[in-house]
Amino acid sequence: MTVHNLYIFDRNGSCLYYNEWNRKKQAGISKDEEFKLMYGMLFSIRSFVSKMSPLDMKEGFLSFQTSKYRLHYYETPSGLRFILNTDLSVSNARDTLQSIYSSLYVEYVVKNPVCVLGQSLDSELFSSRLDAFIKALPYYSPRAA
Amino acid sequence: MVIFSVYVVNKAGGLIYQYDNYVPRADAEKTFSFPLDLVLKHHDEKVVVSFGQRDGIKVGHAVLSINGADVLGKNTAEGKDILEYLKDSSNYPVSIRFGRARLSSNEKLMLASMFHSLFAIGSQLSPEVGSSGIEMLETDVFKLHCYQTLTGIKFIVLADPRQSGIDALLRKIYEIYSDFALKNPFYSLEMPIRCELFDQNLKGSLEIAEKAGNFGAGS
Repeated sequence: MTVHNLYIFDRNGSCLYYNEWNRKKQAGISKDEEFKLMYGMLFSIRSFVSKMSPLDMKEGFLSFQTSKYRLHYYETPSGLRFILNTDLSVSNARDTLQSIYSSLYVEYVVKNPVCVLGQSLDSELFSSRLDAFIKALPYYSPRAA
Repeated sequence: MVIFSVYVVNKAGGLIYQYDNYVPRADAEKTFSFPLDLVLKHHDEKVVVSFGQRDGIKVGHAVLSINGADVLGKNTAEGKDILEYLKDSSNYPVSIRFGRARLSSNEKLMLASMFHSLFAIGSQLSPEVGSSGIEMLETDVFKLHCYQTLTGIKFIVLADPRQSGIDALLRKIYEIYSDFALKNPFYSLEMPIRCELFDQNLKGSLEIAEKAGNFGAGS
């Protein structure tokens, strides 16, 4: 039961924040390229899902799963995208992502006069609160090496 | 509890088989008077609603028929451009049917190839060692299940999110593929599947899966 990493993208595709807790394997490309690939993959998945869907969707793409991890996706109406990679035991992290947005991002970044929205998040307060939040999640456990 | 469709994608990412089991038709037909309060635009050879969502007509819905006659792409059944036709007040009142546009076979080919690539990227971006590609993709309306065989063929099933037993169904479809497509001497590998027995057996197993709600390992 663990959380691997978290990405936050803005509506233009720039990665505002990234942190990892339990990542075993790097992507083999530089971090910038990885962010672009992740954003591109999600953009394509959303477009794919909207065309493939047999019925009209309200929330759209929620998550996908492979044999080893699960990626959860949450998009705010302002175009901010939250992506959380966890292991397979976490079935629904949408509420988690929504509370990261409302209780952490809005409180510590949007309401912060020093933080410029659209630029990568430097706020240490946000980082430390987010770290504490993730570690307090019921499904987080530091992986035994 | 429905299975919407089945796609089979070959090693190279090309679509070799596609079957739509159930296509829910959620369309709305309404009579309009001049001027039209919806904003329409051209998109991909179709006319879609861009603004003015109301009464079952959503943004993204395409114009399906005008006054009962099905449209042909951007033109009415008589060949007139739809947007020009609707700008002319003498054509009103007009009855237009809107709904989700059905996918053309070209679009299905493109989407299958797109999924083939997304499957691979899902594996590349994995934070864990030894991950496969995307095996299950979930939205609020459907769940997409994918099974990749050792030879690189992907079997993709779109189903209702509550439908269970899809993993067993995917294995069954692989079995049907190897029995009725691979063992067919007239079938060439990686080519589109045109085998009647494959179609029949696939439909049969989809029916069993839907009825049982859960595909058993038997049969």
